[in-house]
Amino acid sequence: MTLSPANEALAAEIISWFPRPRSALIPLLHLAQEQDGYLTDDAMRRVGELVGATPAEVKGTAGFYEMFRFEPVGTYLVNVCTNISCLLWGGEELLEHACESLEVEVGGTTDDGMFTVEEAECIAACTEAPCLQVNYRYRGRVTPADFDGLVEDLRAGRTGIAGHGVLAQVRQSVPAERLAGVFPPEQAREAPVWLARNEAEAVG
Amino acid sequence: MTAVEPQATVEITVDGAAVQARPGEMLIEACERSGTYIPRFCYHSRMSPVGMCRMCLVEVDTGRGFALQPSCMVPVSEGMEVSTESEVAKKAQDGVLEFLLVNHPLDCPVCDKGGECPLQDQTMAYGPGETRFVEEKRHFAKPVAISETVYLDRERCILCDRCTRFADEVAGDPLIHFMGRGNHTEVNTFPDEPFASYFSGNTVQICPVGALTAAPYRFKARPWDLTETLSTAWVDSVGARVAVQASRNRVLRVLGTDADAVNWGWLTDKERFGFEALNSAERLAAPMLRDPAGIRAPEWRAAGWGEALDRLADAVGAAPPERVAVLGGARLTNEAQYMWAKLAKGVIGTDNVDAQLGDGLDPAVVLGLPRAAIDDACRPGGTVVLVGPDPKEELGALYLRLRHAVVYDGVKLVEVTPCETGLSHMAKYSLHPRPGTTAQLIRALVLATDPEIVEAAESDVILDKLAAGEKLLEAEELRELLGAADALGVDAESIKSAARALAVAAGEVTVVLGRSSLAEGAEVVEAAAAELSALPSVRFLPALRRGNVMGALEAGLAPGLLPGRTELDDAEDLGPTVAAWPRLPEAAGLDAAGVLRAAARGDIDVLVLVGADPLNDFVDRDLAYRGLRGAALVVAVDLFLNDSSTLAADIVLPAAGPTECDGTFTNLEGRVSPMSRKVTPPGTARPDWMIAADLAERLEPGSAEGLDSPEAIRAEMARVSEVHASLTEESLKASPVEGVLLRPAREAAGEAGGWRRSGRPTLGRRPAGRTVPATGPAGGEDALGGAPDGSFLLVATRTMYDDGTMLRHCPSSRGLAPAASARINPDDLASTGTGEGAAVRVVSDFGHIEATLAADAGVPTGSLRVNWLAPGAPANSLIATGTDITVVEVEAR
Repeated sequence: MTLSPANEALAAEIISWFPRPRSALIPLLHLAQEQDGYLTDDAMRRVGELVGATPAEVKGTAGFYEMFRFEPVGTYLVNVCTNISCLLWGGEELLEHACESLEVEVGGTTDDGMFTVEEAECIAACTEAPCLQVNYRYRGRVTPADFDGLVEDLRAGRTGIAGHGVLAQVRQSVPAERLAGVFPPEQAREAPVWLARNEAEAVG
Repeated sequence: MTAVEPQATVEITVDGAAVQARPGEMLIEACERSGTYIPRFCYHSRMSPVGMCRMCLVEVDTGRGFALQPSCMVPVSEGMEVSTESEVAKKAQDGVLEFLLVNHPLDCPVCDKGGECPLQDQTMAYGPGETRFVEEKRHFAKPVAISETVYLDRERCILCDRCTRFADEVAGDPLIHFMGRGNHTEVNTFPDEPFASYFSGNTVQICPVGALTAAPYRFKARPWDLTETLSTAWVDSVGARVAVQASRNRVLRVLGTDADAVNWGWLTDKERFGFEALNSAERLAAPMLRDPAGIRAPEWRAAGWGEALDRLADAVGAAPPERVAVLGGARLTNEAQYMWAKLAKGVIGTDNVDAQLGDGLDPAVVLGLPRAAIDDACRPGGTVVLVGPDPKEELGALYLRLRHAVVYDGVKLVEVTPCETGLSHMAKYSLHPRPGTTAQLIRALVLATDPEIVEAAESDVILDKLAAGEKLLEAEELRELLGAADALGVDAESIKSAARALAVAAGEVTVVLGRSSLAEGAEVVEAAAAELSALPSVRFLPALRRGNVMGALEAGLAPGLLPGRTELDDAEDLGPTVAAWPRLPEAAGLDAAGVLRAAARGDIDVLVLVGADPLNDFVDRDLAYRGLRGAALVVAVDLFLNDSSTLAADIVLPAAGPTECDGTFTNLEGRVSPMSRKVTPPGTARPDWMIAADLAERLEPGSAEGLDSPEAIRAEMARVSEVHASLTEESLKASPVEGVLLRPAREAAGEAGGWRRSGRPTLGRRPAGRTVPATGPAGGEDALGGAPDGSFLLVATRTMYDDGTMLRHCPSSRGLAPAASARINPDDLASTGTGEGAAVRVVSDFGHIEATLAADAGVPTGSLRVNWLAPGAPANSLIATGTDITVVEVEAR
């Protein structure tokens, strides 16, 4: 599936943030992944067209990053941390419980396509161990009972977590006057206006 | 790349010895030039360094003590000390190799690269010798076909980034890329997007392991069984240098050779794999006759050379000289071309000789204009004006050089072509005039380079206009042209900006000149060239496509022309030619169109096709057909039976191919380089020069005396032709890779090619028989008319692969010829009444072809582009010779 009309519009805006279209490659891939949960071949082709890269370049770039996916995943991607702090506070058991209660292997997706469970390395929330992420949103000090409650809430749509997740960076809105300037750096003849403005703000 | 002025050097110390390096040069290069080879996998002198493989680690001290540094990434600096053989460096290289071999399969005995593999060789020289790795290696499915011809074995890949860098940096087709990360990194294509690059074969040549292999050579031979010879690629007029490799009298592989002035080691796939055709079982191996002469019986009969040549000699001897014609000869070596020119003009006495088939340019233009070399066009900071074919489709090695110049060396490209080309996206200005108006657009461009004329042209005040004085007429003309934006298809602002670029670049302008569309008369391009020659110090690079066509023109295979750019009617120049030749034609003869027209009328008794296929290559298929049918006796000297000889030939003589005879080749810049015999021709096929010499002896005993080898012919050429005077055995030996650039004395003295007698080149002088266009003079007002409503102006462009005879017999390229397409601007789709992908018939006044309709934003509105010589849809059936523009309509079928 290629980009939806709404995402096409958003893509055009994202491209306008950058001096060169190619710089928008990664944000546009995030957008495509938000839409489908993973990067479809069609979406990668379309992103390549938008930024002026061949599909091979798009896939090659995306493939470098672990969190871009090339296979379908569930609506909710659950990453359970099993690194040191979480391990000590029951992360392994939490992962085991998650797999048992959802009846999947680690890395697998439930039959209804709702959940994919993955084991994660440290997600930098050690004070809240054991922790997990659902579509980039954190939950800390999760007990197996909490997990069951979370699954129930997710199924009922009570959490506010969007399917396939939403990244703030592709949804932010930047007013035109705060853009860094839409020309390539080599064409710059003087210091950009935002530099003086930021300095003035810092002093003021 | 060619260092002209002596530059300051940087002194470094390599293993204790002082070395003079060039400023900015990478350490690995400086060491190699001074005789210290540092092992490497990823580094390639024609691509940017990336430091991927770490094999070139050496110890470098720049004042802070020795430390390991990758020598491909460290520029030399004054006082740098380098140790390439220290224990530390050796241990580092040993370690790098051990890691590279962790996942590299040790299948050298079955690997095509085994025996010529840098990994194998450098492991022997610098590596551990024994593996400590006992674990299972990485496994991938293999091989993966990443294109029709290139296969990828990912297990063998050491991730040096050479192929992917080539695809991105050199070819500009980044269709292969690293995928994945870390241990899972692999080179691959996007699913269903093959590495369909015209230059894909180069990746196989530069792969330092056996990861990339090409279908034509896969499992065919072991490197140690191959012998090689340096030769020149024959498929187009760039004359890329190649190494031809053969085993057991069969050519198995062609590799690019790095000639700094020509191809930098790169080849197109057509140059690289075109040799396959020469190995075809369908090669002509014995002379063949069809009896009785005159009535074309379908059955061929093999004959001996004696019988075939006797019959031909009898027919030629019985015919008056002006009723004999020779077409073709661009495939031949310089020596063979000279012999055919001597046979036709000096022995038979006919001037009806043309190596171009109406798809080239007037030799007076090609030879008469000041010539640029490829290096001149690509000199950093210069400007290139493309008024010619798409180099990517027709002259691939030139395209790579031009692309490098534009992308990396700041060369500005101004393109004046009827449609977008492979260079358009990097052109500074890309102007697409309506077919037929190229000359007017160029005229406007040239006028607009003078700011005074522009000012006067745009001024409404009569006094300002008068201030322009003598330029008033020009100003009026420019005003008219700028106002005719609709007719030209280019708006005034674009013309003025492009002209400003040309004005600034005065003195550094190279025009790449050729036929951008075969549906547009040659006269249009010739008129454009005349306009451009008015620019100060402009030089021209003729972009004629067919093999050795420049050699043919220099040898005199054109009407009114003798070897060495001598005109037939220039009595004072004929001294040496007259002495070596028994006779000369009495009057200037006919060009290809004239010959075919005369043949169609029944005025040609013997028509000799020397490697020519008029039916497919001549611009007017109908005239070619009538000419072939009308000639009393048709003789074909060729490697294969082609459509023309199958239709009409009575005698077929088998010729030796480019890897089967010695000789020399002249490329588009006038560079002569050797072609070498590597294998024997099939059956009794003979070199073309031998056939001509044999015939000459039969017709005029003694006329070919002593001309029994290419060297002997070359010696006579040097005596007869001023242009070839510098072409001695010594000069050829002195420059075996680069070749010898022909620059006749007259040209060096400031006269362009010896043709420029007054201010302008002698463009108006045509040999008597030269075809005059039927639609009035090129650049006349009628060309500005455009096409009537609902119809299109035809643009016919060649593609890299087509249905030509050689490619038909080349297994790896046979399937690559694109099907016939009629490409129009998306805005024009509605007017055709059909949609994209529809099967349509393209109809002109002269014929029709069937094609698939395609929307293409690179085609201006009102134009329709077809690919030349598509399988089953020859575009030349739409065109009549002598017309400047061809109007076509699109009908659904």
